Amino acid sequence: MNYEAVIGLEVHIQLLTNTKMFCGCSTKFGMPPNTNVCPICLGMPGVLPVPNKKAIEFAIRLALATNCTISPVNQFARKNYFYPDLPKNYQISQYELPIAENGWLEIETKNGARKIGIVRIHMEEDAGKLIHDENKPLSYVDFNRAGVPLLEIVSQPDIRTPEEATSYLKTLRDIVVYLDICDGNMEEGSFRCDANISVRPIGQKELGVKTELKNINSFKNIQKALEFEIRRQTALLERGEEVIQETRLWDPAKGITVGMRTKEEAHDYRYFPDPDLVPIAIDKSWIEEIEKTLPELPGPKRKRFVQQYKLPEYDAEVLTSDKNLANFFEEVVSLFPKPKMVSNWIMSELLRKLNEEGCSISDSTISASNLAELLELIDDQTISGKIAKSVFEEMYETGKRASTIVEEKGLKQVTDADFLEKVVSEVIKENPKEVEKYLKGAEKVIGFFVGQVMKKTQGKANPRLVNELLRNKLKEIKNDSV
Amino acid sequence: MVAKLGIKELRKGLLKGEFTVREIVESYFERIERLNPRINAFITVSRDMAIEQALKFDENPHSIREKPLGGVPIAIKDCLCTQGIKTTCGSKILQNFVPPYDATCVKRLKEAGAIIVGKTNMDEFAMGSSTEHSAFGPTRNPWDIERVPGGSSGGSAAAVASGMVPVALGTDTGGSIRQPASFCGIVGLKPTYGRVSRYGLVAFASSLDQVGPMGKRVDDVAMLLQIIAGRDDFDATSVSIAVDKYCDNLNDRINDMVIGIPKEYFSHKIDPEIQQAIEEAIGIFESIGVKTVQVSLPHTDYGVAAYYIIAPAEASSNLERYDGVKYGLRSNPDKADLTEMYLKTRAEGFGPEVKRRIMLGTYVLSAGYYEAYYKKASQVRALIKQDFDLAFKKCDALITPVTPSPPFKIGEKVDDPLEMYLNDIFTLPASLAGVPGISIPYKLNSSGIPVGFQLIGPHFQESTLLKLAKAFHREIEYNPEIPEL
Repeated sequence: MNYEAVIGLEVHIQLLTNTKMFCGCSTKFGMPPNTNVCPICLGMPGVLPVPNKKAIEFAIRLALATNCTISPVNQFARKNYFYPDLPKNYQISQYELPIAENGWLEIETKNGARKIGIVRIHMEEDAGKLIHDENKPLSYVDFNRAGVPLLEIVSQPDIRTPEEATSYLKTLRDIVVYLDICDGNMEEGSFRCDANISVRPIGQKELGVKTELKNINSFKNIQKALEFEIRRQTALLERGEEVIQETRLWDPAKGITVGMRTKEEAHDYRYFPDPDLVPIAIDKSWIEEIEKTLPELPGPKRKRFVQQYKLPEYDAEVLTSDKNLANFFEEVVSLFPKPKMVSNWIMSELLRKLNEEGCSISDSTISASNLAELLELIDDQTISGKIAKSVFEEMYETGKRASTIVEEKGLKQVTDADFLEKVVSEVIKENPKEVEKYLKGAEKVIGFFVGQVMKKTQGKANPRLVNELLRNKLKEIKNDSV
Repeated sequence: MVAKLGIKELRKGLLKGEFTVREIVESYFERIERLNPRINAFITVSRDMAIEQALKFDENPHSIREKPLGGVPIAIKDCLCTQGIKTTCGSKILQNFVPPYDATCVKRLKEAGAIIVGKTNMDEFAMGSSTEHSAFGPTRNPWDIERVPGGSSGGSAAAVASGMVPVALGTDTGGSIRQPASFCGIVGLKPTYGRVSRYGLVAFASSLDQVGPMGKRVDDVAMLLQIIAGRDDFDATSVSIAVDKYCDNLNDRINDMVIGIPKEYFSHKIDPEIQQAIEEAIGIFESIGVKTVQVSLPHTDYGVAAYYIIAPAEASSNLERYDGVKYGLRSNPDKADLTEMYLKTRAEGFGPEVKRRIMLGTYVLSAGYYEAYYKKASQVRALIKQDFDLAFKKCDALITPVTPSPPFKIGEKVDDPLEMYLNDIFTLPASLAGVPGISIPYKLNSSGIPVGFQLIGPHFQESTLLKLAKAFHREIEYNPEIPEL
C-alpha cells in the first residue's frame, strides 16, 4: 500500500523588538546570565505586564504578509504549567482570541506553486534557559530570554512532503526577514519549528494518528526528522501496529525521533483570559498605516524581476533571496540598465567573493554605483572583460572606483587600429614557423597570435579588433603566397 | 495622646510646631510597642527607616508643608510591596521576601511625605475574612480581643482602630477593606476597579483586587485616595479617567441625592442591631434631604457562588510563581528532584485556606470544567454588573449592611469555610461589578462593638460616597472613639 504524510507546522519566531513583550528590559542576545532582567520579567510578587506596542505592530505586519484576517479584538491568556525556566509558572500567550487567523502562504514545489493555509498567528512571551550542571543534580536558570516577544504561526495540515515543509519554512523565513521582524536564525533559536505529522493510505480521507516533533533546529534537520518519522509511522502501519499520539524529540546526532510524553501525560494548560491585560482592540486605521509601510515581499518581487528585467527564474530567485541583495541589484540596474549583465556579475563575481569572505551584501566594499561604473567600462570597451575581473578584485580589496584603478594602472583597452596593426605585423614577422603552419591550413594558430599580441600589449588590446586584424593580415600573406 | 488624631489635626500640630515629626512617630511606636503584643496588627515594624525619615522632615520643616502628607505616619498592608521592607503577604512562603521595588500606591504615598511605620497582618494572600489565616498568628479586634477584626485587611483595621497609626492602606478583593473596617469601627473605602494601580500589590484575584484607604475619619480616607488614585503606566488595567478632587468636594451639598435600598440585601437574616442601625441611618439621611428609593439587584444571591469560582481560579494561577526557584521559601526535598522540591516548598509554604483555594481554582480551570464553572461564573458576573448599572439609573448610591452579623469569636468559623465565605455576601457583588464601596462606622452596639453600614456607588463615583459619608458623620457629630486597651 502507498502512504502519504499529512504535516502541519508550528513556527515560533523571536521578534526584533528592542525591549521585551511586557517590560522594558533589553532583548539583546548573548549578555551575561540574568543581566537583562527586572522584577516584571522575573515574575516577582505584585508585578504586572504591560504589552509592547512594537510587538503588536510586528504581528500585524506578519498577518498582512500572510493574508490573515486581523481580529478586531485580541486577548492574552495564561498557559499554566510548572517549569523553572518560566518565572511565573504560566506563560502569557493567546488562546481564544489570537491576533490573526485564516491566512495562507504560497510555496514553490516541484509540481509548481501551492497554497499552504495558516490557522492562526498569536503573540506570546519566551521562557528563560536552563543550564544543567553535568556533575551534580543541579540546574541554573538564565532569565535573559524570559519575556522576549514571540509570534507563533500555526499552519493548516496542508503539507504533504518533507520538501514542501522545507519550502514552507524557507518561504516563511524569507518573509519575516523581509519584514524586519525576525532575524530568521534557526541555529540561534530565533526561528523555531515544531511539526505535527501523521501518515495515511493514499485515498483515505480520515487523518491518521499524529505525533508532534520537537527540537528541530535547522532546515536540514526538519527534512531528516520528517523523513524519519514518515518511515517510522509507515512501518508501524504496515506491520499492522498503531501509531501512538505523543510528543517526540528529534535526536540530530542519532538521526531518529524519541518518545517524550504521551497524550495521557500531556499538560492541562488551564488556559484562561489574563486578567492583568485588557483585550486589545486593533482599529482599521492602524492596520492601514502599517500596510503602507510593508515592503514588497519575496514572492511578488521574484515574479516582478522575471517580468520587468527579463531575468531567468533562477537569477530572480537568487537575487530576491535577500532583500538587501535585491535592492543592490535594482540600484545597479538603475545606473546601468542591462539587467542580465548586472545579474551575471552579481551572481558569479560579487556573491562568490562575499561567500568566500562569509559576508552579506550589506558588508560589500563595492557600492552599487561602483559596480555600475565597472560594467559601463566593459560595455563601452574601455576595458576588456578579462581586465575587468582583475579590476573587480582590486575594487573589492581597496574599495576604489573602477575608473580610478583603470586610470592608475593604465588598463585602458587599446583600440587604436594603426598601433595594433604594427604589433600584429611584428608578431607575424617574429614567428615564421607558426605562419607556415597557418598556411598549411592550421586555422587554430590564430589563438597563438592573439596571445602574442596580448602579451605585447599587457592584455590591453581589444581582442575583437586584434582577431580581425590578424585574420586580414594572414589572409593577405596567404593570397600573396599563392 | 496621638491615638485619636486624624491627618488634619496631626498636620496642624506639626505645622504649628506643637510637636516634631520625630515626636509624633515615636509616640505611635510607643503605642505599637504597648498594644501590638495583644492585638498583633503588625507583622513588621519599620522603626529605623521611619525615624530616619522623620529626622529629615525635622531638619527641614519647610518640607512638611510642601508635601500633602508630610510627616503623616501610615501602616501598609503586608501584601503591598515596600522597597527594603519585608513583604510577607501573611505567608510562610514569603516570610523573608524583601521587595526591591515599591508598589505604585506606596511610592505615591512616600512622595507625598507619608512615613511608613510598618506592615500589617492579614489573611495569607488576602484569602479570608478574619485575619485568622495568617502565618503570623491572628489579629485581634481592639474592641473585644476575643473577637476577630475581620479580614483580610484585619491588621490595618485594628491598627487604625486602636490608634497605633492614624491611617493605613488595605486591599479589597471581595470585602477585605470594608468588612474589617466595619468590624473595627473605622472608615474603609474600596475604590472602583482600575482607579488605583495594582502594581506592587501581590496578586490574589487580579480582576477583583483593589487598593484602598482606611482611617478613622472620612477626611483621612479622602486625602489618601487623592494621593493614590490615578492611571499608572505599570498597570494596564488602571484607568486614565481624571481623578476627582475628593477633599475639595467633600463638603458639597448632597440634598439632591437619592439613595437606593436594594431589597435583596435585606431579605437575608441580618443581626437585629445591624438592621436597626441601617434603618436609623436611612432616617438620618432623609432628615438631611437625601431621598430614598427601593431598588432591586436580582442576581445578588449568585455573588458568593460566582466569586468563589473566579477568585480561586485567578489565585491558583497567580500563586504558581511561589515555587522555591527564585525567591521566598525553598524546602529541601528528601531526594534531589525538581517536582519533589515544588511539592515540599508549596506544602510547607502555604496554609490550609490558600491550599483550599488553589485546589478549587485549579479544578474549575481544568479541561472539561472550564465552560461549566469559570465561563458560567463570568456570565453571572456580567449579570451582577448589569444589576448595578440598572439600579444606578434610579439612584446615586446604595445603602446596604456590610455583613449579616457582628464580629465573631476567634476560632468560631475557622473550621467552617462555607460559613466564613457567607460573611462576604454583601461585599462581594460590588467587587464583582468593579464599583466602589465604603464602610461607614455609625455607633457601638449593646455589647460595645462597632456597627455601621455600606454605601455602594457607580463606577468612578468615589466622590459621591465620600460626600454622603461625610454628611452623615457631620449630622451625627461623629467623633471617633478609641477602645480602652
